[in-house]
Amino acid sequence: MQISKRKGLGLSVYLFFLLIPIYWLINMSFKKKDEVLSGLSLWPRDFTLENYITIFTDSSWYMGYVNSLLYVSLNMAITLLVALPAAYAFSRYKFIGDKHLFFWLLTNRMAPPAVFLLPFFQLYSSIGLFDTHWAVALSHCLFSVPLAVWILEGFMSAVPREIDETAYIDGYSFPHFFVRIFLPLISSGIGVTAFFSFLFSWVELLLARTLTSVEAKPIGAVMTRTISAEGIDWGLLAAAGVLTILPGLLVIWLVRNHVAKGFALGRV
Amino acid sequence: MHKVENNKAWWLVLPVFLLVAFSAVIPLMTVVNYSVQDIFDQNNAYFVGAEWYREILQDKRLQDSLVRQFIYSFTVLAIEIPLGIAIALMMPKKGVMASATLIIVAIPLLVPGNVVGTIWKIFGRADVGLFGWGLNSLGIDYNYAANPFDAWFTVVLMDVWHWTPLVALLCYSGLRAIPEAFYQAAAIDRASKWAVFRYIQLPRLKNVLVIGTLLRFMDSFMIYSEPFVLTGGGPGNSTTFLSQTLTKMAIGQFDLGPAAAFSLVYFLIVLLVSWLFFTTISEMAKDK
Repeated sequence: MQISKRKGLGLSVYLFFLLIPIYWLINMSFKKKDEVLSGLSLWPRDFTLENYITIFTDSSWYMGYVNSLLYVSLNMAITLLVALPAAYAFSRYKFIGDKHLFFWLLTNRMAPPAVFLLPFFQLYSSIGLFDTHWAVALSHCLFSVPLAVWILEGFMSAVPREIDETAYIDGYSFPHFFVRIFLPLISSGIGVTAFFSFLFSWVELLLARTLTSVEAKPIGAVMTRTISAEGIDWGLLAAAGVLTILPGLLVIWLVRNHVAKGFALGRV
Repeated sequence: MHKVENNKAWWLVLPVFLLVAFSAVIPLMTVVNYSVQDIFDQNNAYFVGAEWYREILQDKRLQDSLVRQFIYSFTVLAIEIPLGIAIALMMPKKGVMASATLIIVAIPLLVPGNVVGTIWKIFGRADVGLFGWGLNSLGIDYNYAANPFDAWFTVVLMDVWHWTPLVALLCYSGLRAIPEAFYQAAAIDRASKWAVFRYIQLPRLKNVLVIGTLLRFMDSFMIYSEPFVLTGGGPGNSTTFLSQTLTKMAIGQFDLGPAAAFSLVYFLIVLLVSWLFFTTISEMAKDK
């Protein structure tokens, strides 16, 4: 009993440490522009929803969220679409160059986005994709696809081969088997993969900002607009920050059980 | 698991291969191309061989930011990995509390880097931020904008705040996969808490810890937004890390040749360290 109490205390301290900067952000988002810098207050003296109203009524603001969500969803879709068959191949078959290919895929996860900044800019400009959601989604595949293949391969390897064989004997064709029988078996893996694709694409800003200018501008880039001649509008910036957390919260809520079940099935 | 030899499996891998080739190989070749040329404009480019490599390897600014980068990444790993394991051990296993804890722990992960920088920028200020105010009223002279040590402390703290949850979540899912029977056997043997951790939990966490360490190493090595938003890499150059130096060079000064050479060296360092780590772990696993 003693130990579990200490555990609870340690955990509470940690959760407090996690939440207090978030609380500060939320606190700031309900303050007027001047109040943020005028002094320390644990609660907004002059509670206002003005910052949120600005964001939801100004299309250049809310389109930032729409753009970000669009390219993140595109990225998730592309990633899962190409990673699922590949991970299946890696987990079930030996083929020429399989190990090299797998390792080469992983090395792409190690490439710093800053390295690819300029060539990406030129590549996507030259094929006319600059400033589209596709450009950002495709460029984010660079790090989301290798991770997805890695995670999914682990989950798939945990499913016994006999299941595949039985299905073929029962007369299932490969696509039919894959979609109807195999995918439901690794739903946890798909959940975890989707979560990570979302996560890393959502927080990446360097590439997203460089590959867009107006039409597909991500929210992270829009947020720099709050810097004006009179200085930074911290209240507005904080409100925008709070709103960047919400879509992620929805995603984590959807996959919470899968994350818990998890990674242990995934292997290195 | 026994795998069947089948080269038709290439058809399944082909989409990934094409996609990654398109989004990685073409740009990488462009970088290699730039790194050996001196480019004035579209029609005037001269082959210069290894000159840019020599230049950047001797560049004091780059050497400094490389050293800072290594210190930073290892500091962050040294804190986040043990802390993440500890948190995972403390998280409740069942019930509503488990879900709630899981979601709270995941919250920092969902905050984009620039927002993290924004939060701490205000939060750490002595006049209007709770954290800076708290430290100063404890008698600690804390000012991240003027004092390099404080800036470092803040950048590391931001990263610990932001990414320890990733390690914790990975370890948590690893712990959840340990069958209850293992603990029952340990209880029968009257194993101590420490023995349970050392001989049951830790070995089972190996895989997720390798993933976690690699991910954290790669990503902390690429850190950009947080210090950039906090102090712009300052005070002085004290929190300017590799990505920022590179971006400044490529976009700011448009020095394509040196920037490209630098990019390749940067990439190679990440590859090399990850590879070393990976092989060491695999070798250790073989010895057992």
